[in-house]
Amino acid sequence: MEPGEIHALLGENGAGKSTLMNVLYGLYQPDEGEILVDGKPLKLRGPSDAIAAGIGMVHQHFMLVPVFTVAENIMLGAEQVRGGIAGFLDRRRARREVAEVSERYNLRVDPDAVIEDLPVGIQQRVEIVKALTRDVDLLILDEPTAVLTPQETEELLTVMRSLKAAGKSIVFITHKLGEVKAIADRITVIRRGKTVGTASPEASRDELAALMVGRSVRLTVEKSPATPREPMLEVAGLVVDDDRQVRAVDGVDLTVRAGEVLGVAGVQGNGQTELIEAIMGLRPVLAGTVSLAGDRIDGWTTKKVLRAGVGYVPEDRSVDGLVKEFSVAENLVLDIYDRPPFGAGLAIKPDAIAASAKERIEQFDVRTSSADAPVGTLSGGNQQKVIVARELSRPLKLFIAAQPTRGVDVGSIEFIHSRIIRERDIGTAVMVVSSELDEVIGLADRIAVMYRGRIIGIVGPDTPREEIGLLMAGISPDAAPERGAVAAPTDGTATDGGPASDARPASEDEA
Amino acid sequence: MSDPNAQSGSPDKEPASEAQAAQTALGNTEQAEPTTGPGRSAPESKPTPTLGRLFLDNLWAANTFTVTLLSLVLAIVVGAVLMIISDPEVLSTFSYITARPSDAFSASWTLVSEAYANLFKGSIFDPEAFSGWVNGDNGWQAVLAPISETLTYTAPLVFTGLAVALAFRGGLFNIGAQGQATIGVILAALAGFLLPLPPGLHLLVAVLAGALGGAVWGFIPGILKARTGAHEVINTIMLNYIATYFLTWLIVQNGVQDPTRTDAISKAVDTSAQLPRLLGDNLRVHAGILLAVLATWAVAWLLNRSTLGFELRAVGANPDAARTAGISVTRTYTLIMVFSGILAGLGGSNMVLGSTASALTPLVVAQIGFDGILVALLGRVKPWGVLLAALLFGALQAGGNRMQSYSGISLELVTVLQALIVIFIAAPALVKAIFQLRAARAARLQTSLAKGW
Repeated sequence: MEPGEIHALLGENGAGKSTLMNVLYGLYQPDEGEILVDGKPLKLRGPSDAIAAGIGMVHQHFMLVPVFTVAENIMLGAEQVRGGIAGFLDRRRARREVAEVSERYNLRVDPDAVIEDLPVGIQQRVEIVKALTRDVDLLILDEPTAVLTPQETEELLTVMRSLKAAGKSIVFITHKLGEVKAIADRITVIRRGKTVGTASPEASRDELAALMVGRSVRLTVEKSPATPREPMLEVAGLVVDDDRQVRAVDGVDLTVRAGEVLGVAGVQGNGQTELIEAIMGLRPVLAGTVSLAGDRIDGWTTKKVLRAGVGYVPEDRSVDGLVKEFSVAENLVLDIYDRPPFGAGLAIKPDAIAASAKERIEQFDVRTSSADAPVGTLSGGNQQKVIVARELSRPLKLFIAAQPTRGVDVGSIEFIHSRIIRERDIGTAVMVVSSELDEVIGLADRIAVMYRGRIIGIVGPDTPREEIGLLMAGISPDAAPERGAVAAPTDGTATDGGPASDARPASEDEA
Repeated sequence: MSDPNAQSGSPDKEPASEAQAAQTALGNTEQAEPTTGPGRSAPESKPTPTLGRLFLDNLWAANTFTVTLLSLVLAIVVGAVLMIISDPEVLSTFSYITARPSDAFSASWTLVSEAYANLFKGSIFDPEAFSGWVNGDNGWQAVLAPISETLTYTAPLVFTGLAVALAFRGGLFNIGAQGQATIGVILAALAGFLLPLPPGLHLLVAVLAGALGGAVWGFIPGILKARTGAHEVINTIMLNYIATYFLTWLIVQNGVQDPTRTDAISKAVDTSAQLPRLLGDNLRVHAGILLAVLATWAVAWLLNRSTLGFELRAVGANPDAARTAGISVTRTYTLIMVFSGILAGLGGSNMVLGSTASALTPLVVAQIGFDGILVALLGRVKPWGVLLAALLFGALQAGGNRMQSYSGISLELVTVLQALIVIFIAAPALVKAIFQLRAARAARLQTSLAKGW
């Protein structure tokens, strides 16, 4: 690492990027080898040693106390006290430090804001400020863009550039090739715990991807034109609240036809999650109807919806998709354990479960030591394949995949995408919800853009990215095409803070 | 997880071996061989060490079995210290320890070894009774008496232990086994002395009445948890109080209280409703222990081989994923608590239909509900593990009685021992540190005890 350099660390999930950085930050102890700082070997016994050595880290999952203010979070771990033995916390000083750092690096944060009220992008900025107040020279960013909107990502890149200009070095861990090319000075690719190559940002996406997975991969999804048939899923006037009883889905109409992929694009938190959960019977429908092949399914239990031939890949696999303590085999029957041949009456048939697990592990290329291994021991991509395998192994009318490739390595992405297209081609109606615009554009035959609980526009897959990006930000072009967009003009004005001129409404209002 | 025996030792293992192994510390490795040997196959890469070496390595690795055993050893050591401290005579020899250390050590040794010997004789095997039987001084019953006592104390603990363990596997912390057992004992006793039924049927009805009582008392916190999210820990504790005071009130009501007595005791259960004794009238062991083994098997089957068990484990491990997969979490929570209550209720009926008591008194259920929590934790919330843990606790109870009457060591010391064992098991890191155990290769030791909160 050179001073003032942005060094990207690229690798598949489970390649060892995060482990390496955790070693660097003193969280894990190295078994062999050493770390050199300014030519001197460094022994790190914990994060405080690392901070003392000028190494700061922003974790993938933020290490902030949600109910504390920004200033309190920043002083956490390095509390300044005054008043001698009485030990009053010096909040004023913390606030001043925050203000100074914000000023110096042009990182706008309000020191008195409470963390849980802030959007994710700002929370991340707080983490960066926190690291900077500790006077670090080397900043490690572990998958910083995984949770950000495109606009927030853009801002983060700007911040990184200004830090670089101030002479700080940055290690940037990611598996998004576009960002790497946009910002990195040097790229190191890691595969299975080994450095497999160093590349310059001029290298093409395909070259980098090939280095990462060790073979050439297709980044674009190969598919024939869709042959849409009868409408399979029809949603009309759907209204749903989120967990805080705030309106999340506000009158959505959409149709998915058999044999087509409807992509739902949108910045995370605009009602996509609630829309799907309502369809799946996981969330009460307040108004409107949901029908599957002509049958009203709103009000049905989740089990009944699943049994009616709906496959569902939830967006957060570790929370909603898998039982980590369960074996791979058990997870593969998580929603059909009581159906023949896996269940007979009150009993389950371990033999049948094991046999089908073996078959599907092979079919879906799940890399696991055995079918009995707890699914939590698998890498993210393989965990996702388990869910996809489970949902695609029964005859489906409708397949709903939410963020099907989030946090999944390139190799698995390719596989999952091809499976989704194959499902479409056998005549299943497919709905893909993703905050990765590339994914939606690559998979979908039609793209519905969701903004603030409404479908703001439905466009074709060959619509320019910029136009979809604007729709995602709540700015509809003068006359939005197709139905569903009728709500758009009123929406833009009825809600505050989102006038069409503001370039970054989504990131500001999204909290 | 799928094989209940894998970590908790083989189910047919004698209770004797556990306590004995603990007493003779680690000199007893052959006995443990069949339990630790299989299931832990040779590592693939190492240059094939001898089987014995491998076995010793694995034994010393921090697996569940070793930690449990060493927790026992530690508890016994701490117990010995407590005995010495609490005995004024022995303590006085320590005042001149620098002058004559042998006095202090021999006095301590005599006290501790006699106490533990009595614990052993009272719970497992008494050599004097055996030689007496050989010489014709006493009958064979005396030889089996300690085991009989142990099994009598074990039976109800198996039920309450299973009740807590089952709920735990479903992600619920059932502190209410005590209350469920109390309602169970009430209904079982009422059915036992109010219903004029023929033998056989009468017993069946009384046992089922106990189960029903427990089921109702489990259903209440279950449905509250499922429908309103009310925390089961708080509700079960409150229901414990209600059950206890309901029992105290009920005993002195007309038609319930024994008309010949003025103190708080109910009529006695008809003999037609009593669990048959297994080894004649002189030994207290009764059919409850057979029911307990049956219940253990049933719970093991339920957890590992039934669709309900699958739902229960899924809900316990990750309710969100279970719900997303179409499992009704509310229904499962309610069912878990009902089943848990049934088990605790059966444990309660054991207390009045067995040989411990035949009438209701305010303390008829003793502490079986709370002891059940310890048993479940000691048994690592696995059914067969619970059975073994209940045997150990039963043995400690039975032996504690003899220790009290022969060595003058208070019975409370047994409770202290039980508590110490569970504390050491709840903190495997402590045991590992004390004995410098290697980290286990396959199974990472975890403190699962904090779950459910």
